[in-house]
Amino acid sequence: MFRIKVPRYWRHKDFRYRLNAWKCNHCGEVHFFKPLVCRRCRLREFNKVMLPETGKLIAYTIVRSPPCGFEEQTPYIIGFIELEDGTRILSQITDCYPEELKLGMKVEVTFRRVREDDPDKIIAYGYKFRPAI
Amino acid sequence: MSKVYVAGVGLTKVDEHWRESLEYLMAEASLKALDDAGISRVDSIYVGSMLSQVLQEQSHLGALLAEELGLSGIPAMGVEAASASGAAAVYAGAREIEASRANAVLVVGVDKMSDGMSEEVTSAMMIGERQEYTGFIGATFYSINALLYSLYMNRYSVGQEKIALFPVLCHEHAVNAPHAQYPFKIKLDTVLSSPYVAEPLRRFETTAIADGAAALVLVNEETARKLDSLKTELVIESATDYLTPLQREDPLWFPSVSLSTSKALSRSGIEKKDIKTIEIFDATSIMAVLSLESLGFAERGEGWRLLERGELTLSGSIPCNTFGGLKARGHPAGATGIYQIAELHLQLTHRAGKNQLDSIKAGLAQSLGGIASTAFTSILKEV
Repeated sequence: MFRIKVPRYWRHKDFRYRLNAWKCNHCGEVHFFKPLVCRRCRLREFNKVMLPETGKLIAYTIVRSPPCGFEEQTPYIIGFIELEDGTRILSQITDCYPEELKLGMKVEVTFRRVREDDPDKIIAYGYKFRPAI
Repeated sequence: MSKVYVAGVGLTKVDEHWRESLEYLMAEASLKALDDAGISRVDSIYVGSMLSQVLQEQSHLGALLAEELGLSGIPAMGVEAASASGAAAVYAGAREIEASRANAVLVVGVDKMSDGMSEEVTSAMMIGERQEYTGFIGATFYSINALLYSLYMNRYSVGQEKIALFPVLCHEHAVNAPHAQYPFKIKLDTVLSSPYVAEPLRRFETTAIADGAAALVLVNEETARKLDSLKTELVIESATDYLTPLQREDPLWFPSVSLSTSKALSRSGIEKKDIKTIEIFDATSIMAVLSLESLGFAERGEGWRLLERGELTLSGSIPCNTFGGLKARGHPAGATGIYQIAELHLQLTHRAGKNQLDSIKAGLAQSLGGIASTAFTSILKEV
């Protein structure tokens, strides 16, 4: 139950490693995972784009009661970020204490270990954001 | 289209039922509902559960329940819409009667969260979100609620003490509810001094591990006439939205709720002003406030004012969650949608005990899968 399976984790690596996403050619809606149909306008043509690497923090919280696989990291910060192009994204916030966070502050993307599966020792990597340096 | 009537309800007490199994609880609620309706057979069964495949590793609840009830042979199947699974079972059963494919249908909701460890339950409660996105980064159900809470307080300049009144109201109402998990009062201070689950959301603004099953017997008009039991008329509608509220145009507005509500009102021929009690989906205090606004009982940013003015109490203008809601009656995930409709039925058939409301003709129940990714609105009318 709730373990990392390699193919499932790996197939989304473009988004998780590089913030590659799919933007609808017609309405501009951004999809994080490869879509067939735009969820907003229902057209079917997309451009693969690299999302901006910086944005501002709109809201954040601290997870005190973790799900499976996150016990060792608890407490950790989840932030809601608006990127430079207006795309909104949820991410863990790292490299800082919660007291250092301010709403509206500039944050930038970084590449980190997201979780480690204990029995199989599989390490999942992905994006996290941190206060802009 | 045939009309649909609720002809019987059965509820187990919401609790941590260490001695009883998932199948025992759903059979218990089912038998109570069949006995309340005064029938022993139905044409089909729909079972709603959010978590059984994860926590009990048990699917196939339809055939399983039919076997437990000695009804093997009839069509029976599971229906799933995350935490709205119970309401989804009602929807499926109601449609079957509306389509004149059945005279009587048993609809059941069940979940048994005490079979999971704390982290497993937290993980299980996230499966209604987009797992590859929010699940992967460890964004729990409560953390997403907390972000909405923070956005709400900032946008509308409202303090937490206004929103945290919701659990106080629920506990007040649960005191006289025999099936409630937490039938005692709490003070606002208790809520505001409880530990954070995810800032600003506090433990007493959320629900706890709960086991429970609830069942309804739905019948068509002809069957309703033959039965001596107390009945109400049911209309149920539904709508959907993106799984992650934070990817919607406005995370603080639930279009699925307003859409399913306007459809249900229009089909039932009832005006909103005639709705005299509501059961809303308070998985957290902030979801309750957002629901009041999306249901149209308050303007955007003003849902908390209904609490402050006492409008939601038993003597208020629109009594809300009269048996304690998710917070105090308890929230056994997939069962909750059926508890909500069953409680409205008890009010409308004058079986609400000390919390009985006077002269109500119609009530509304709002059930949500995830954070309004699925919404059901049920309207019950006196017959």
